[in-house]
Formats: sequence, C-alpha cells, structure tokens
Amino acid sequence: MKMFNEAEARALLEKVVKMSVADECNVSLNGTNTGNIRFALNNVSTSGIVGDVTLGVTVAFGKRQGTATGNEFDDASLERVVRRAEELARLAPENDEYMPELGKQTYVPSPTYVQSTADITPEYRAQVAADSIEPCKGDGLIAAGFLVDLAGFTAFANSKGNFGYQQFTDVNYTCTVRTEDGRGSGWTSANYEDVNQFNAKEQIKVAISKAKGSAEAKALEPGKYTVILEPAAAAGLISFMMGFFDARQADEGRSFLTKKGGGNKLGEQVFDPRVSIIADPWNTDAPANPWDGAGVPRKKHAIIDQGKVAHLNYSRYWAAKQGKTPPGNFGNLLMAGGTKSTEELIKSTQKGILVTRTWYIRLIDPQTVLLTGLTRDGTFYIENGEIKYPVKNFRFNESPVIMLNNIEELGKPMRIAGDESNFSMMIPPMKLRDFTFTSLSDAV
Amino acid sequence: MDRRDFMQFTGFGLAGLMLPGFGHAVAAEVLVSTMDVGLKKAIADAALNAATAAGATYCDVRVGRYLNQFVVTRENKVQNVINTESVGVGIRVIANGTWGFCATSDMSTGSIAAAARQAVAIAKANSKTQTAPVILAPTPALGEVSWKTPIVKNAMAIPIKDKADLLLSVNAAAINAGANFVNSTLFLVNEQKYFASTDGSYIDQDVHRIWAPMNVTAIDKASGKFRSRQGLSSPMGMGFEYLDGAPSGKVLSPNGVINYAMSYDMVEDAREAAKHAKEKLTCATVKPGKYDLVLEPSHMWLTIHESVGHPLELDRVLGYEANYAGTSFATLDKRENKFKYGSEKVNLFADKTQPGSLGAVGYDDEGVKTKRWDLVKDGTLVNYQAIRDQVHILGEKESHGCCYADSWSSVQFQRMANVSLAPGKEKLSVSDMIKGVEKGIYIVGAGSFSIDQQRYNAQFGGQLFYEIKDGKLGPMLEDVAYQLRTPEFWGSCVGVCDESDYRHGGSFFDGKGQPGQVSAVSHGSSTARFNGVNVINTARSLG
Repeated sequence: MKMFNEAEARALLEKVVKMSVADECNVSLNGTNTGNIRFALNNVSTSGIVGDVTLGVTVAFGKRQGTATGNEFDDASLERVVRRAEELARLAPENDEYMPELGKQTYVPSPTYVQSTADITPEYRAQVAADSIEPCKGDGLIAAGFLVDLAGFTAFANSKGNFGYQQFTDVNYTCTVRTEDGRGSGWTSANYEDVNQFNAKEQIKVAISKAKGSAEAKALEPGKYTVILEPAAAAGLISFMMGFFDARQADEGRSFLTKKGGGNKLGEQVFDPRVSIIADPWNTDAPANPWDGAGVPRKKHAIIDQGKVAHLNYSRYWAAKQGKTPPGNFGNLLMAGGTKSTEELIKSTQKGILVTRTWYIRLIDPQTVLLTGLTRDGTFYIENGEIKYPVKNFRFNESPVIMLNNIEELGKPMRIAGDESNFSMMIPPMKLRDFTFTSLSDAV
Repeated sequence: MDRRDFMQFTGFGLAGLMLPGFGHAVAAEVLVSTMDVGLKKAIADAALNAATAAGATYCDVRVGRYLNQFVVTRENKVQNVINTESVGVGIRVIANGTWGFCATSDMSTGSIAAAARQAVAIAKANSKTQTAPVILAPTPALGEVSWKTPIVKNAMAIPIKDKADLLLSVNAAAINAGANFVNSTLFLVNEQKYFASTDGSYIDQDVHRIWAPMNVTAIDKASGKFRSRQGLSSPMGMGFEYLDGAPSGKVLSPNGVINYAMSYDMVEDAREAAKHAKEKLTCATVKPGKYDLVLEPSHMWLTIHESVGHPLELDRVLGYEANYAGTSFATLDKRENKFKYGSEKVNLFADKTQPGSLGAVGYDDEGVKTKRWDLVKDGTLVNYQAIRDQVHILGEKESHGCCYADSWSSVQFQRMANVSLAPGKEKLSVSDMIKGVEKGIYIVGAGSFSIDQQRYNAQFGGQLFYEIKDGKLGPMLEDVAYQLRTPEFWGSCVGVCDESDYRHGGSFFDGKGQPGQVSAVSHGSSTARFNGVNVINTARSLG
C-alpha cells in the first residue's frame, strides 16, 4: 500500500481540517505496511503482508466531541467523514474533562525510520526463516520463530495550526529452539529500527546453546534466591510497573505511588539509588515518537533518578487541574546500568539462578505491584561464578518495587522489546538478592 | 489483545483511537447496516479466480466488516464514545503445498486480484523451505448459506444516550453505596463475515457479542489501602437484551452473593460491588495452607480456560505455538495411553454451537459447520481441538470447526472453542456441596491468572473469597491465590453441582498467535469442589 510523504500528508490533512464547521477539529492519518513470516517444527507455517491507511476526524462543538474515519481519499469521501464526525459530536454528551486542541507545537523528528527495513522483501523473510531452521535440522533441534517488520507513518493536523509527521520502521525477531525429546528449550530475541543490525545466523546460536544446555534440568526447592535476570527477563517486570506511573491514579489514592494520607510520591526515594530510568525520544538505540497520544511534545527527562520518582504521566486534563506542565507521556524506557555483560555478572556470583526469560506476568495486587509469572527457556544454577546445571522452571511472586530495592549489581543495558509491552527499552541484566520463587513448574 | 491492552485502550483519549486492531471509527448509523451479499460474492470470486489463475491449488477469501462500539465511563463522566469499522479482504492460498496470505482494505477488483497473486507469490517463496506439504481435510461444498447470532435487541441500534445513561446510573449506584471510584464500560461487537472458497462454499454470517465490565474501588485514606471488586457479569454472544436485568438471570450463592446467568442487572451488581470493596479493606487475611476449594462458575471459567482449553489446542500440542503461547503437557501419546486428566467426575467438552456463548457461530472461518465434541470423558483424555490442516494427525477425516481470524487482515488459525465442564449427573446444590467441606474457601469471580507455557503450573486469584469451616460459609477473606499442577488439580475434583447451576463465563480478548490475535470464548460449568489445593497469601509490604 502506498505511504504518504510529509508534503502529501500535510496537504490532505489541512484540506480536511478546512472542511469542518465545528469549533475545533483534529485530523489524523496513519498508515502501515506490515510483513511477517512464522515458522514452527522447522517449517514455515504462515507468512503474509498487510497494508492499511486510515483517516480519523475528531471534532468538537463546545465540550461535545465526535470522531469518524474512513479510508477513501477522494474529496466527496473526505467530506462525508467530516460530516459524520460533526453529527456524532452534536449527539454526544458533554465531556467535563474535554481539553481544547493544542496550539502549534514544535516536534523534533526522532530516528524511528530506516529505509533498509522498509525495503524488506518476502524473499528476505524466507531467508531469515531458513537461517533459523537450517542449523537446527539434523542437530536434534526444532525451531519455532517469528519475524515481523513494519514501515509506516503517523501524521495529524488541527484547527489551531498544529501539525506532526513521523515515519517509523521496526523489525522484531523471536525464536524458540527445543530439543526433539522436549527436555530442553532455548530462546532468543532481537528488536531494531534498522534491519541491517539484525543477523539471524548469529542470533539463532543463542537459542541453540540455551536449548542444548537446558536439558536434564534439576529441581531446586522454591524460596528466595539471588538471581541474574537477563535484560529480556527483567524487561517484562519493569515495563509492567512503569504502566502505573500515572499521576491521577496516585493522586486519587489507588497506586503504589500514593502517599499515605494523600498526594503522590513524586520526588520520594522509592527504589535503590542505583536505579535510574530516563525517557528520550531521540535516543538512537531505542527511539520513540516525538509526541505522545495526546499530541504533547515529548522531552528527554528522568523518570526515576537515583531511586527517586522524578516523573509521573499526566493526561492533559489532570495536568491542567493540578497546575502542572509535564512533558508528554513517555514512550521509551532507558535504564542506566554498568558495563558488565550477563556472563561477567555470572562470574562474580557465588550462588544464584540465571533467568533467560520471564513469562505470563500478571498483576496480583496493585497496592504493591505484586506480580506473578514464570521463568522459561533457559533457567540455570550458578555456583562459584559458573553455570553448574540447568534447573526446572519456577513460578515467581515478586514486586518490581521490592526487586529494585534488592539490587546487587546492574550490567550493560541492551535493546529489548517486551512480550506484552509497547515501550522501546534499554534494560540492563541485573543481579538481585532475595527474589521470591513460590513453586516449581514441570514445563520445559 | 490482552486485558492490559484493553485497559490502555479505554484509558486513551480520542487521539489514541486509531488502533489497527479496532479499525476505523464511524458514525452510529453505519453500525446497523450490512454489506450487500451480491457485492461480497463478486469480490470473493475475483480473488478466487485470480488465485487459481496464479497457480493456487486452494484459495479461501474472507470479506469482512468488523464493527465495534465502546462506551467508556468513570463516576459521573462519559469519557469516550467510540464507533469503529474495519472493512477489507483476507485471501489465503495453498501453492506448491504451502500456505500464503495477503490482505487489503482496497476493495477494487484490481487490488483484490493483485492481493490474491501476492498471496500465491508468498506461498511459492516459502515453499522452498517447506518439507511437509499442507494436508487439508475435506469439507463439503455448502453452496450459499447464512447464519446469524439469535439476538433479541441489536445493541448497535440502541441509542448512545440510553447506553450512557445506563452506565452513569451504574456508577451512581456504586458511589451511593460507598465506593470512591468506579469505571464501567460497554463493549459491543458485530462481525459481518463472508467466507468463500474454491471448495464451493459461500457463507454469510452476522455475529454479535456484548460485554459490560466494571471495576469498583474503595479507599481507606488513613492507611492508604485500596481494594477493588470487578463486576460478576460475563461477556456473552447475545444482544442488548443481556442487560435487561431480568430476575430470572439471578443466581444466589448460599451466603447471598448475587451471580448472573443469561441476564445481568448491572446497577444491582454495582451496588453489591461497592459493599464488597469496602468489606475487603478490613476483612481477615488468609492463612496459607491446603484448603478444599468450592469454585463458583463466575470463577471456574478462567481455570478451565487456562488449564484445559489451551493445553488441548492441537497446534500447541504439536509445537506450532512453541515460540509464543507455548506447547502443551497433554501430548499425543497421552491420549493413546488413556491419560487421566482428572477424576471420574470430570467431563470436559468443546462446543461451538451453545446459544448465548461467545464462540457460537454456524460455520468457522474456513467454512466448516460447527459442532460439539468430547475432550475429557470420565476423567480420561479423549480428544483435542483441531482444524482442517491438523485433523489428519489425529486420524480423523473431518475438521472440528474451530478456525478463527479476528479480522479480515489476520490469517485464520486454530482457536479455542467454548470448552466447558459438564454438570454433575447427580442432583447436587451449592449448599449441599458446602455442607460437606470441613476446611475450605468459596471463591466467586475471576481475578489474576498465570500459567506456564506447557500448562502445568498455574496460579489464580478471584474477586470474593469466603472461609468455609465445618460445612458453613464464614466471613470474607483477602490475599488469596491458589497454585495448581493441572492433572493433580483436576484429579482432586470430588464433585460438580448439577445442571441447574450451569452457567457461562468467558474471555472477550483471549490472545494467541504471532502476530497476536484475539478471540472471544465462553466456558460453562456448575460450581465444583477440589480437595486439598495449595493456597498462598499474596499480601506484601513496600515498607
């Protein structure tokens, strides 16, 4: 499907804005071409390409809003979408929390688009599958994996002259390798804007090594252990917690960031002083869109600064009500760390558990952000600085807030895409004491 | 989409509307119309012809129009009213024995033919690494047929104002009963799906679903403690009549907790939820240990979903989902060896036809007529859930009819049918079941859930927990979660109440696959008892 360049998007958006007779109007245009290939049992299972462009029109008469969209771009179709939005706005109840459109903003483009990823072909995807499958065949291993790549743009304009246009690409690869007898399982993942940074032949070696090494797992008693969480294992817990960095929830008294007696914990020491996380849309390792979902410009800023809560996300309504002018809600998480690799963290560990990946993480108690989930695809016992043997998977019941107060050491951050998170992330491997495993799992 | 995505979505302002999975927002009047069947057939034929000409040995086409309406409120505010529409064509082919797929929202004949050729090209590119050609189970040519969810009131036709007023009255009821905060939402779905294949079937279906979740929160400002209770409704394959609040829909627990069957009184439930949320602030915390659990159907469905529905999906068993959702402990050799999945009280079945259920359709998304079949009979594993390209592995010649795609732009694959625990054969009420429990916990409503990638080790919370002591229901407990190992847990089932207690719960957004797709699925059961289950205490302190 054809994508709009900036000039084309601006011309179309401004034309649609002018069609509206409402008090305010915001028009968005979003397009994506997505390609993917999925393989399992050392065979390609599904593969496809999907393209779509959508136009959205939101209008307001006073505090009454309406939204309509379409995907046809002739003048008559555009006009019809605007009239539908206006009709819906006239029927809608007043929204007390309605916020007027933003005036003209400055959005500094971030490096979210790389042409090489937009140029990926079906043959390339098939080759990635082949590069993943071939080393497994004949070696008693079975590969199952997924490559998805997308290229697209997001743009909007409003009746106050504000306009934004940003292109983006993304390539995400995951692969699970299992031994034929089902006793070993390993996993690897990669996530980039630029496909040239990705090498399937190198990446698959990690999953193969973990699969072979994880067979013959021994059972350890559940309990509190020193753990080394690889970046992918830590990311799931940390990104889950960051979803609760919401000012309104905290101010209303229903967040772990609520202060006893009222108010929120902004500025308070909640984590170990070695915990620092910033947001920075222009970070070249894990960039983000330069504006948030409400069109507020994002900035580079601390979210957690040496263990103190330095930022909470505000809706535009709540910010105005509280007299705040925060930057846009964060789109990436860049956690500080040290210089050591996961292997180096293992070398300095007397006794502990290495966790490759965490899985099916769910919230038990929002009061404490207590999460449960399981280890998966490579869990190992460490003794005297070496991996001694694979161990059976554990279920954990742990709060990332407690976990980030039990830090022994942080390693070098790596780019990670979470299983269930939309953040771009740089997360270090981390050595933590007293991590709580509550039961054993027989799953491999 | 999973629940977290849903929560994010409902928290978005209008600027966050354009989520691809939900399609485009549209005006209200569009929601009660349907596409012309003749036009859909012409589109389908264009794709079938182009794919065949390009070398496909099989092709199916889904012309889909997916309509959603969401009304999102909190306290006395309507935060969002969203109408979305997504229209397009998904084309799946087999060429050189390999699947290929392409989808487009451009409905011109030229674009559809190009998409069909692209699907064939993708199949041919992928066939180079394919070692096992696709084997499709035959399915009869159905000619031109249709099916529609048997709704009484089309929810899309109910005025927005009525829906907003209902939710605001729900919220007011909760606040008046002492809640500090309440969120309530209406989710309405209409899938207008036209399926055609080179087998000679042209199937037009109109599928409706409804969900009315709420979350009611009470706060103790002095201690900073807060607790919530979610609604006890179920998402249903019904129209707006589900929200009529008919007295016949009420099912009372022995201690007066109000549960719901085929009709939901949302205002009443909001009032009760506020009382329960406040009670949770001060009730006793559970002492960890072994308990006999009595699980209400509003809770039971999620345990069935995770520990039976998913592990008996054949694609998981075979390894097709190994990279994401995972595999399954219930391997094929276990069926051959008559594996004891549970006690002799345990009968579990799959069914895509149950009225009012989320999974009910006339035909699945590869043109197979739907049916009911057994999964576990008298405790023994007897079958799985499989589709056309899988059933030959089970030695069967006919698909089970549980193939689904969540959009025209998604490729269809095996999804969970409604999987349910059959009611006990002997007469048994909930009261009588509880009378026999010495030390137990009665659990109502679904809470947190997590299970490993082979579906052995699971942990579940709930909404309401009540102590059972010496055959009597006692006070509310908090901080309860139980942990299980699937075969032992089902092996500990010592009783299932009779069919008068049978009800459905369900998931509106069950996630699976890469790229991820959602589906809606119901799970029925009567109240059931499980002996000697490990209960943990989930209370923690952040200091």
